[in-house]
Amino acid sequence: MTERFSLYQLKMLGLKRIGLFFAVLIVFLTALAGSAPAQAQSLSTGVSIHTEDKTVSQLIVGGTVKNDGKGVAGIKLHVTGPNFDEIAVTDENGKWQLVVPTKAKYKVAIDLTSLPKGVDLRDPNVTEREADVTVTDTAAVLFPLGKSTRVIQSFGDQLTIRLFAGLNLGLLLAVAAIGISLIFGTTGLNNFAHGELVSFGALFGWLTAVVFNLPLILAGVITILASAAFGYFQDALLWKPLRNRRVGLNQMMIVSIGLAIVVRYLLLIFFGGETKVLSGSFESVKIGPIDTTVTSIAAMGLAVVTLASVALFLTRTRIGKATRAVSDNSALAAASGIDVERIIRIVWVVAGGLTGLSGLLYGLQFQASWLTGSQILLLLFAAVTLGGLGTALGATVGALIIGFVVELSSLVLPVDLKYAAALVILILVLLVRPQGVLGKKQRIG
Amino acid sequence: MANDIAVGKGEPGCKKIDPILVADNVTRQFGGLTAVNVEHLEIPRGKITALIGPNGAGKTTLFNLLTGFDKPNTGAWSFEGKNLAGVSSYKVARRGMIRTFQLTKSLSAMTVIENMRLGAQKQRGENFFSSLFRFLWKGEEALITQTADDLLKRFKLNEKREDYAGSLSGGQRKLLEMARALMGKPTLIMLDEPMAGVNPALTQSLLEHIKGLKANGTTVLFVEHNMHMVRHISDWVIVMAEGRVVAEGEPSVVMKDQAVIDAYLGAHHDTDLGTMKKGK
Amino acid sequence: MDLMLTLQLAIGELFSPLTAAYILCAIGLSVHFGFTGLLNFGQAAFAAVGAYGMAIGVLTLKLPLLGAMGFALLCVVAFALFLGIPTLRLRADYLAIVTIAAAEVFRYLMSTSGFAEVTGGSNGLSQFGYEFYTWNPVPKAEYNLGLFTWTEEQVWLRLVAFSAVAVSAILVSLMMKSPWGRVLKGIREDEDAVRSLGKNVFFYKLQSLIIGGLFAGLGGIVFVISMSNVQPSTWVTTFTFMIWTVLLLGGAATILGPIAGGMLFFVLLTLTNELLAGLVAIGWLPFLDQPQVAQIRFILIGLALMLLVIFRPQGIFGNKKELRFNG
Repeated sequence: MTERFSLYQLKMLGLKRIGLFFAVLIVFLTALAGSAPAQAQSLSTGVSIHTEDKTVSQLIVGGTVKNDGKGVAGIKLHVTGPNFDEIAVTDENGKWQLVVPTKAKYKVAIDLTSLPKGVDLRDPNVTEREADVTVTDTAAVLFPLGKSTRVIQSFGDQLTIRLFAGLNLGLLLAVAAIGISLIFGTTGLNNFAHGELVSFGALFGWLTAVVFNLPLILAGVITILASAAFGYFQDALLWKPLRNRRVGLNQMMIVSIGLAIVVRYLLLIFFGGETKVLSGSFESVKIGPIDTTVTSIAAMGLAVVTLASVALFLTRTRIGKATRAVSDNSALAAASGIDVERIIRIVWVVAGGLTGLSGLLYGLQFQASWLTGSQILLLLFAAVTLGGLGTALGATVGALIIGFVVELSSLVLPVDLKYAAALVILILVLLVRPQGVLGKKQRIG
Repeated sequence: MANDIAVGKGEPGCKKIDPILVADNVTRQFGGLTAVNVEHLEIPRGKITALIGPNGAGKTTLFNLLTGFDKPNTGAWSFEGKNLAGVSSYKVARRGMIRTFQLTKSLSAMTVIENMRLGAQKQRGENFFSSLFRFLWKGEEALITQTADDLLKRFKLNEKREDYAGSLSGGQRKLLEMARALMGKPTLIMLDEPMAGVNPALTQSLLEHIKGLKANGTTVLFVEHNMHMVRHISDWVIVMAEGRVVAEGEPSVVMKDQAVIDAYLGAHHDTDLGTMKKGK
Repeated sequence: MDLMLTLQLAIGELFSPLTAAYILCAIGLSVHFGFTGLLNFGQAAFAAVGAYGMAIGVLTLKLPLLGAMGFALLCVVAFALFLGIPTLRLRADYLAIVTIAAAEVFRYLMSTSGFAEVTGGSNGLSQFGYEFYTWNPVPKAEYNLGLFTWTEEQVWLRLVAFSAVAVSAILVSLMMKSPWGRVLKGIREDEDAVRSLGKNVFFYKLQSLIIGGLFAGLGGIVFVISMSNVQPSTWVTTFTFMIWTVLLLGGAATILGPIAGGMLFFVLLTLTNELLAGLVAIGWLPFLDQPQVAQIRFILIGLALMLLVIFRPQGIFGNKKELRFNG
């Protein structure tokens, strides 16, 4: 009788805590929203559930003009169609859009004279593209820009550039992947909500650095602390109660998917759908054929220092060694006097901080939006799985491999398939060597 | 001492008059640890053979290897004269060598009778296309159900027929698993610790069931780590320690074997088991 | 806020062909997960293969629509084999990661400009479904059914969509009551046990993946016929997880679960959406604006998924003893 009662209490406690988690999350984010007015959803972020009987009558032709991942402002686009002739100009994010009157096909021509110096169309032969709004309400037209191809790069130079970009991406992924790896190692959870920690870091970084206009270092520190706190509360209010309820790992995996969706759309509501530009220093640095920025170099340096610190933490400190012991065999670790729950809590805090940092670094170099994290989540899983689930070193190596695969693939594949290339590598590795590149084979039975 | 099972004296790896399963040079390593290293082993047909040994002796691993649930580093074995090494576990079962598990694998979200029906082999209704047409498998299903009900009665589980297997006690699950294995009409049934976790009252009836299997012409090989448990029912005993077969023979003989006593008391003796074996 | 209109919209969801499409995908997932225990996180891809298979069949291969549907289902079988043969031996959570990755790869392949001639690239494909309405036996008229007025085309679309649901549910029911279904349930509980009884577990899992995939492919076909276009951005991971929510809401290991779950899901979604929109319109929720209301429904989906899995993993109609999550 008493046992049943306590179980019930536990259940209620779990309920309350989960409720509290959302209350905290919502209050927390509402507070942020006060200073960050939500912007209207932009064209590219429209994810829609079906609205069959409620069609929006607005027809929109639009797009983004990007150069090397960054929007380019001031580009003129000439849109023509039946009884329609207008010119659109891109905003500071490279976005443009026009409302068109009728369901028809429109021609969009890019004004080459409005391109900045040294920049050309990636495909110089296509200056005009078609926008079809006969069946959909919106049509996106993209004119990818690139370095003027009139200076033809040698293959060696291209390779060097791609390798550098791969190293850069790999280091960023590694910082976030270690978080997934530590959590998987100690708790066995495949955390699908990890991407949202990345987005959180990126957006929180933007909030502190751009909206509050704090110095970047200070903004970074605050972001890391906030992300670590996010990790702490996630574990304290959600995962620990679930572990106490002995909820299965596959069940928890699906819970993490639900959490990912909740957090992702909370971020959308409070930060808006716009892609944020988190400008560090864009001062250009040239190393041989590589053309990069001070921010990128600094971010890579910081990532290396962080990874080295994590390695030292895991191998040299008592807590780090205990973490590895829990990853290896948590029952044995518990039996030898390690407080497993405490280690898991620390892991969540560390993982939160690291992932927040990676989000910030990602935001500084590429972009920050509510989708930032979910876009790279599978790359993170790929990295962690490649290296062997649950080992921090493996995650780092896996992340670097994924970084190189993604960037080098664009030497032979269309750029829009570069993530696909990484995922194909993930699938192949799982088939050939499920324990990962560095993982050990598990004893069966 | 004369016996009707082995050719000559019972010793590790000895030849049998009528072996059903013959294994050679089977090894399995986990990392640096050699879990199984069996040079030669024969299981006599139509008898109850007990495979005993202390925990960690490699009994279950050997079971896993022989039934295709694990892959050995080296080795070959044959069942009824046909090679069985490298054959997938489900094909092993189809050949008539059906095993149970140490930790019972009763399918808890299915009823007892459904568990039993699943045990029957070569069912027409298990083909996807015929599954959609009930008339194709209705008759067969009735026959299977009849067999299942008979077995359940024999194992005194008939009252639990419609209960979910998850609601049974540990001992009842052991019984169910054994009965389910019998649904497949095995020639050799391999029971992994059928007595573990079963209360003493049920143990006796379990032992009776095992004897009953032999009476029906089924060969039985079972794993047990309590050697006193096996004395009364087994015709032949094989003792494993540290992955090797260290003794074989009739129960009364084996129980007195120094190597067996050493294997069980292990740490208290200074003598190395390997040299003991060679010295014999 | 117009209560009558809200109610009408919500009830309209019950008969929406898109609801039928989601239900078909959920029926497929019930075969995968509910009955066989396969953690398939790539159901969107099965639906997408069906959708693209049909569109490409009509537009590129110039097949008649019915032939294109057959071609689409063949593509689904091929996709299931391609995905299943290497991966079904993996651990359950690895299968989850591989299927979600494969689904994303498929979506990238459909949206890349490299194959745009066939796939339409990021704009997708349209104008492949006209023939569907030439089969319409429903006389041309406006059908007034009290709450709604439907054209003969809308009636036809709904008839076909929900007939597909009914036939699928009956088929799954037949399968699961047979010895074949018993093997699948056994695999869900413990595949080693089933193996030890002489069943080719891998082959059964593969069959399950194909059969469940076919229902999803059919769902994809219904989806794009009613939308009259197919776009790569539909088949995102969120699509898959909506199907999971629908399935878990009704009960994963039940026949009627996906149907009830799907209907309930979209009715509730519409009701909350309209309710929130109404409250925003009259200024009771000053911290929200109208576009954000549409986003809130995703939060509700995520929340529903979490709460269901934690507190009622067997779903509303499921029997707790019949389905626990393994592992």
